[in-house]
Amino acid sequence: MAALIRVFGDIDVAEDAVQEAFAVALRRWPGDGLPPNPGGWITTTARNRAIDRLRRESRGRELLSEVGLFSPGNEDSGTSEEMGPVQDDRLRLMFTCCHPALSTAAQVALTLRLLGGLSTKEVARSFLVAEPAMAQRLARAKRKIKAARIPYRVPEEHELPDRLRPVLAVVYLVYNAGLSSPAEPSLCSEAIRLARILATLLPDEPEVAGLLALLLLTESRRASRTRPDGSLVLLGEQDRGRWDRALIDEGQAIVRRCLRCNQPGAYQLQAAINAVHADAATIDQTDWPQIVALYDQLLALAPTPVVALNRAIAIGEVQGPAAALALVDELDLDSYHPFHATRADLLQRLGRNSEATTAYERAAAMAPTDAERDFLRLGGRASR
Amino acid sequence: MTQYLLSVHSVEGEARDPMTDEEVQQFMEGVGVLEEEMKSAGAWLFGGALHEPDTATVVRVSDGEVLTTDGPFAESKEHLGGFYIIEAENLDAALAWASKTTAAVSKPIEVRPFRHVSEA
Repeated sequence: MAALIRVFGDIDVAEDAVQEAFAVALRRWPGDGLPPNPGGWITTTARNRAIDRLRRESRGRELLSEVGLFSPGNEDSGTSEEMGPVQDDRLRLMFTCCHPALSTAAQVALTLRLLGGLSTKEVARSFLVAEPAMAQRLARAKRKIKAARIPYRVPEEHELPDRLRPVLAVVYLVYNAGLSSPAEPSLCSEAIRLARILATLLPDEPEVAGLLALLLLTESRRASRTRPDGSLVLLGEQDRGRWDRALIDEGQAIVRRCLRCNQPGAYQLQAAINAVHADAATIDQTDWPQIVALYDQLLALAPTPVVALNRAIAIGEVQGPAAALALVDELDLDSYHPFHATRADLLQRLGRNSEATTAYERAAAMAPTDAERDFLRLGGRASR
Repeated sequence: MTQYLLSVHSVEGEARDPMTDEEVQQFMEGVGVLEEEMKSAGAWLFGGALHEPDTATVVRVSDGEVLTTDGPFAESKEHLGGFYIIEAENLDAALAWASKTTAAVSKPIEVRPFRHVSEA
């Protein structure tokens, strides 16, 4: 570790690199056997990974200088006294890419390009957009940053709540893009990496920690989410033995810390809900009343139909499908396919089979991925 | 420092009761306070409210001739009510002024940067 810190002068970079090297070792050594000099192997592997990462980040900084953001005197002093130069830059970059004057699409594209170091082609592929269109989107965003003089800085304390919102939303979007496009699972790890950076740099913001916990807990189940053929596995059917306990432990520890802070927020609550699921050895042991209580809080904070839908599903587990269906039918979510999938499942459980079939068809027609469409076409969980 | 145009946009026919004398006075005071603030901060360059669009005249060249037409350029539902030209360090500073302006005039404000003379 120390050798790497000496080489790179940055503790975070060194730590990340060593962790990754160990992860690679754990994957490969059982099968391949120990290398002759395990310690040296770790150091060399870690160093190479760190170099890769820095190369990607410096590519980000080069790109930024195109946009005129690295000229001296162009930034506030902000929090630069407390932080090292690398972390300071990353934070400024995040807030700049996610400036509210840019559209969400531009924010996401810029974040992946400048912070994630993805190529334009890779960013385009992640969001199923043609490369020239993505190149144009990025160019327009950079032009706007330059022409309108979007400043390269970390916002002031009093501005943080408003400015943090799009940053967290972008990281969350990146993660979800990774979940839904099997071609780019690296987006998931990229999002987690960004969330970790934010959590380290903004330790007093509970929602930042909440987002990290949410991503870690969701990630812990990712391997068991889909079958080899790409079809979806319901939460109740997932092999919980395959859930990553290390990620769960870390996520739950963060959730507990957030609870002590007692400044609840949407990401923290969603993380807590996931933590409750992770506590159950089987779906039948899930503490559904606890989940309903958390959804009650979440709905109060974020009174959206989607949250209401998810709460209704939990209520269905506690009070039965009829109660849930009554709640679901009050919602106006006609163009949201999980709404129809939920109705279908509830109708099926109530024995209203022809209505269930209609609802499944509705849901399947709108499903965004082949895996989900096939699952719904076959009648959801009853097909298993 | 960059110069920004803060333009005030009115939507015609927006259902609104005409302002009472008291409301007009409050409005004028609010705008006055804002403009004073801009001037003391060194942000103010120029600005003001415009007369209604039907007081406008358009001059253009057509077939080598200069034509003069009565009325605004675009017969649209939306028209320019006024503007400020300010000087600000960066977009965040310009947006801060725009927030105060929109609060004072209760209309949407568009913030656009001026080109520097040296830029293409």
